[in-house]
Amino acid sequence: MLAALLPWFAVLIVVITSTGLFLNRDWRWDLGLLAVQYLGVSILVAQHWPLGMAAAKLVTGWMATAALGMTFTALPPHEESIERIWPQGLGFRFFMVGMILVLTISVTPRMAGSMPGIGAPVIAGTILLIGIGLLHLGTSSQIARVIFGLLTVLSGFEILYAAVEGSILVAALLAVVTLGLGLVGAYLLNGSIVAGDL
Amino acid sequence: MNAPFLWIILPILIGGFALMLINEHTTAIFGGSMSLLLAGIALVLPIDEALRLGPLSLKVASTASFLGRTLVLSASEAPLLVMIFGMCALWFFGAEAAGVASRLIPLGLIITSLLVASIAVQPFLFASLLIEMAVLVAVPLLSPLERRPGQGVIRFLIYQTLGMPFILFAGWLLAGVEASPGDLSLTIQSTVMLGLGFAFLLAIFPLYNWIPQLLEESSPYVVGFLLWLLPTIIVIFGMSFLDRYAWLRTSSEVISGLRVVGLLMLVTGGLWAAFQRHFGRLMAYVTIAETGFLLLAVSLAAGTSADLVFLFLIPRGLSLAIWALSLSILRTSDESLRFSSLQGIARTYPLATAGLILATLSNAGFPLLAGFPPRLALWEGLAHESIAAAVWYLVGLIGILVGALRMLAVLVMEKEESPWILKENLVQRGMLAIGILGLFFLGLFPQALGPVIEQMPLMFTHLSR
Repeated sequence: MLAALLPWFAVLIVVITSTGLFLNRDWRWDLGLLAVQYLGVSILVAQHWPLGMAAAKLVTGWMATAALGMTFTALPPHEESIERIWPQGLGFRFFMVGMILVLTISVTPRMAGSMPGIGAPVIAGTILLIGIGLLHLGTSSQIARVIFGLLTVLSGFEILYAAVEGSILVAALLAVVTLGLGLVGAYLLNGSIVAGDL
Repeated sequence: MNAPFLWIILPILIGGFALMLINEHTTAIFGGSMSLLLAGIALVLPIDEALRLGPLSLKVASTASFLGRTLVLSASEAPLLVMIFGMCALWFFGAEAAGVASRLIPLGLIITSLLVASIAVQPFLFASLLIEMAVLVAVPLLSPLERRPGQGVIRFLIYQTLGMPFILFAGWLLAGVEASPGDLSLTIQSTVMLGLGFAFLLAIFPLYNWIPQLLEESSPYVVGFLLWLLPTIIVIFGMSFLDRYAWLRTSSEVISGLRVVGLLMLVTGGLWAAFQRHFGRLMAYVTIAETGFLLLAVSLAAGTSADLVFLFLIPRGLSLAIWALSLSILRTSDESLRFSSLQGIARTYPLATAGLILATLSNAGFPLLAGFPPRLALWEGLAHESIAAAVWYLVGLIGILVGALRMLAVLVMEKEESPWILKENLVQRGMLAIGILGLFFLGLFPQALGPVIEQMPLMFTHLSR
């Protein structure tokens, strides 16, 4: 019973953390949410991969978060600049997340039917993370938001890809890419500090 | 000793060592010489065959195991290695003249190694992960720590990263298509996934807006290096799909799609190039048109042979190198690279101006220059398939030519008679002179590349006919 509920619990974690990551603008909360999001991701990955490999995903995600965190702590206090192109109000962002949630709820059963053996929680987690990750990328050009967005999209993809590909090499390369994205994000944020942009 | 160690691990180690070199001149000589050495080894050392040196016998194995998978660089890939490392040597020797040697060479070698690994990895689908790693290494190259990261580098990162999941997922779907070839919906899904993946990776219309932005905000030489290397490897990766899956190779829709997209890239790139007022953006649009040439060559390769695709690679690399070097030199005079700020600069930078104009003309397929033979062969091949396509091809070429002529007019347009001064330093003069001579040499004697180019298609089983 508990084993059957665990993936749905992971989806709940992912819903809360990814939504919070998109709505919130305080980097301390963002990093905490990202770290917890990786916990949900690794639980979903563990549905198809051995626990050890899924744990590696968790550790890599936390390492990427830590790399970003260390850079954020070095940043001078600043307000995140507001994008002019898109409405950035909390209500609008809630609405967009709501759209993704509706999309996830409506598409998951259909996809679960056409992709047997993968499981509805895995598909729901994938759609949700990719959707919200793309929202990050589509509504902001801030470096931190872009990196959060890319990490979120990649997490969503990794959940689904773990169900179809169990190669150790793929796991290792995806871990390197996740860590690399964290480091590149840290580097670009550092560049902004050095250039006096923040 | 095995080939993946020689051409993947060793360049990474060399790149790591080059990071410790501080002097620009030393770094350029070291990086260029090492690349030349790796190209030379690929040229003379047989892979998977015993080489007798007196009492000694040396054999380089083609395969290495890595985390349960294999990296394979067989003898058929040796000409490609010669081309890649040979061109890298050219770029690295020129890096000193462009003033970016200490940044380009260490990271450039690591990027090259990762991209060579993407050709070597089996199954080849995993190449997209290695390409993504190369993209991540390219970010510090494009955005030095002391400069604010621009929108171009951020979009480059986003688009290249989004391409990877599509390719990996398409690979999984393609396995399903192989298992049930009659499943039309699965075939369409996999083709769309694959198309989207390559659209992101190759910056296909309209996903190429990061290229002009990058050339406005980053060093033209560094961007030029990436714009040469990345599409070259990605096109070869794409050809692996055509070679592997017969239904892709024989699908008239896929071939027509490639041709239409290639023409779209060529025509939009050419027309935008004709109207630019910024030298960097002009180069960006011409490189976009260059991707169009490659896609058109691939569309013909699927039906006939891959020779034409490889005919483009060396002239493309050479003209981009000269173009990027010339722009880097002109950038020392005015960082903005706008037409208005560099008007009449031919009198103070005559060699850089000549390099810029000749490289653009070569890209436009001007006779006597390196770009002419492959463009003529492609035009001829295209005309056999469709006259309309050949006409659109001409429109693209005219666009680039107009861009070159406008550039020439601006560079020589001096308000009053002023003396001719050579402001390029000795290294810059030397590198530009070698490059310009190379452009003419490859234009006059294209058959000189024959021994290397003729062997390259052999890396494919079905496209090498």
